[in-house]
Amino acid sequence: MLYIVIAFLWTSIWLYLLLGGADFGAGIIELISKSEHKNKTRHTMYRVIGPIWEANHMWLIIAIVILFVGFPKIYTTMSIFIHIPLTAMLLGIIARGTAFVFRNYDAVEDRMQEVYNRIFVYSSAITPFFLGIIAASTVSRKIDVQATDFLSAYVYSWLNGFGIAVGLFTICICGFLAAIYIIGEVHSPADKQHFIGIAKKMIVAAFVAGGLVFIAAHYEHVPLLDWIFGHWIGSLAIGAASISLIFLWISLNKSQAIFIRILAGFQTSMILLAATYIHFPKIILLKDGASLSLIEDAGSDKTIEALAWALLLGSIFILPALFYLIYSFEKKKGIAH
Amino acid sequence: MDDFLAARSQMALSLGFHIIFACIGMVMPFFMAIAHYKWLRTGELVYKNVTKAWSKGVAIFFATGAVSGTVLSFELGLLWPTFMEHAGPIFGMPFSLEGTAFFIEAIALGFFLYGWDKFNPWFHWFTGVIVGISGLASGILVVSANAWMNSPTGFEYINGQYTNIDPIEAMFNDAWFSQALHMTLAAFVATGFAVAGVHAFMIKKGKNVHFHQKAFRIAAIFATVAAVLQPLSGDISAKDVAQRQPAKLAAMEAHFKTEENASLVIGGLVDEKTKEVKYALKVPGLLSWMAHGARETAVTGLEDIPENDHPPVAITHYAFQVMVGLGMLMLALSIIYFIALAKNRLWLQSQWLLNLFIIAIPLGFIAIEAGWMVTEIGRQPWIIYGVMRTVDAVTPMPGIVYSFYLFTAVYLSLSVIVAFLLYRQIKMVGKIYDV
Repeated sequence: MLYIVIAFLWTSIWLYLLLGGADFGAGIIELISKSEHKNKTRHTMYRVIGPIWEANHMWLIIAIVILFVGFPKIYTTMSIFIHIPLTAMLLGIIARGTAFVFRNYDAVEDRMQEVYNRIFVYSSAITPFFLGIIAASTVSRKIDVQATDFLSAYVYSWLNGFGIAVGLFTICICGFLAAIYIIGEVHSPADKQHFIGIAKKMIVAAFVAGGLVFIAAHYEHVPLLDWIFGHWIGSLAIGAASISLIFLWISLNKSQAIFIRILAGFQTSMILLAATYIHFPKIILLKDGASLSLIEDAGSDKTIEALAWALLLGSIFILPALFYLIYSFEKKKGIAH
Repeated sequence: MDDFLAARSQMALSLGFHIIFACIGMVMPFFMAIAHYKWLRTGELVYKNVTKAWSKGVAIFFATGAVSGTVLSFELGLLWPTFMEHAGPIFGMPFSLEGTAFFIEAIALGFFLYGWDKFNPWFHWFTGVIVGISGLASGILVVSANAWMNSPTGFEYINGQYTNIDPIEAMFNDAWFSQALHMTLAAFVATGFAVAGVHAFMIKKGKNVHFHQKAFRIAAIFATVAAVLQPLSGDISAKDVAQRQPAKLAAMEAHFKTEENASLVIGGLVDEKTKEVKYALKVPGLLSWMAHGARETAVTGLEDIPENDHPPVAITHYAFQVMVGLGMLMLALSIIYFIALAKNRLWLQSQWLLNLFIIAIPLGFIAIEAGWMVTEIGRQPWIIYGVMRTVDAVTPMPGIVYSFYLFTAVYLSLSVIVAFLLYRQIKMVGKIYDV
């Protein structure tokens, strides 16, 4: 039963990275686009993700509920020591979620639209940045549960070069996912070329940010290279991710949208797999060498069992409905054109 | 302000904000479903317009409620880590089910909002009903988790250890039914009166009268029926609280002395030092009767409860007075409305009835906030009643007071923007729907 719960936790994080990530990315692309393309991005995005955008963000809630019900010690350790970036991420989520709805449901279109747009695009970049920082802090051995002063307990636990590099990398991954996704949704060749260009820029940016992550890891004494090359799964996943990236670059111009989407999804999934599998079942590495584990720090058997049943039962309702939602709007889109 | 008070204030603010959006988000879909049904049955365009206009409001409220709910799921840990470390595995069951209900609500809302003219009309209508049902289920589940804090079961607490955990028993704790019933009815009363009042205001101004009359009728009927049922549910809650949480009941009533034939204390000024209530209206025997069903039964007073287990008395008492008082006002208005419907149709056209409904716009939500204060402040000093004190649950991180200021600023600005958007939606009814 515990492994069912862990599988759900991983799947929610994975789907949040892919779907929520593409969602954040759309805002990031809007942020970096020149004004003549901003509108195009905005309208395409609203048409495509409008119906499912609430659902994309549910995965975060599922993940957090699994954590606090099934793994309370992990949830509370994060809540205490990385309070500040969690709060920053929450503010980003509030700003982004409300700005998205406000701009689509304001009955009058006037200068307020520009305000909503600004809030939306900036929070689209800030939120994944802090998500990256949070993810980095769980493995960088900077969380010091014995610290007595404010800075070492609550600030240096997350504020370091490695965290910032991972944050930037997360922004690039989100932008990259969104660009790949939008390519399949625009129809004129000029638009296609435009978004292919953005996707390429994002790949380069992700490559640079990825390099930064390795450099920062070296300076912050995070043994990233040892982790990746010390385990065959790690090497394989990162290898597969790199190869698929090259493939992607080559096939961007000629291939079917669905093929490049799968490649991009695969590429991102491999990075997440490498990042999580290497330490499994440990999920938080602490400064004093101890760690929190999904197996040893799980809640009581009865709780895990009830949680697993709730998740299984939930997915019977959720998954078919979600697929039908995505499928029907995908199909109706054809009719609309 | 110290960090403990800041943490409590931030939690109160976040819940107080979320509760409004959650109530509207779970009730409005039912109003829409009725209007939508009438459109499909009668083909009168005005009902389609009402449904569409409401659905825009729902989208705004749902999204705001969804983000403030997401924030809460983190704040529980950010502010009360010790509580969550122990309580999470015990009372988490309703939250995990709520995740499902909320997810289904989001999916159904996607179908509903974006599915006009794209699906079979009855399938489209049905997705709207699913939004309502899953929203209601979410609300009930979350209240059941709160009820566990008032009535903790499903575990054994021995030497500071929480063992023998049974999450299902915890979910169906003794308080869940009375609390869930009271909250659900409250959501219908508050949302119903608020919506009806806004439409009454537009009728009074003579703008798009036909449109607003149809909308008013649907909201007013939901509101008034729920307002008539609410006192019955309040009675169930009162008897339940008297049984399980005598300190809370005593604080609600500012009841200091244990006595038979205890008086119901209405209004008054509470002096916690001298343990007296001045200028109150006292009805002898009524409290004994309401709490235990018989005038001879003694009602435990605060004097028989250790001082360090007392909740703040004055604020709990005042909040309770506000809730009951407003509940009674809305009950009276409901009865007037029923009389108008049954006997005096002319009243329905009259200015004074419209004025009464306009005055009632905020009453339900004020009553909800007051009721929420009664149940939360009345539970103090406990976070898990009788097991863990709130002060022992708070985060060790200093500086929460800044976090409180930050969230206050955010929630205030969000409230302003939402109000502004609603104002623009209502103002544009005539232009958008061409009525």
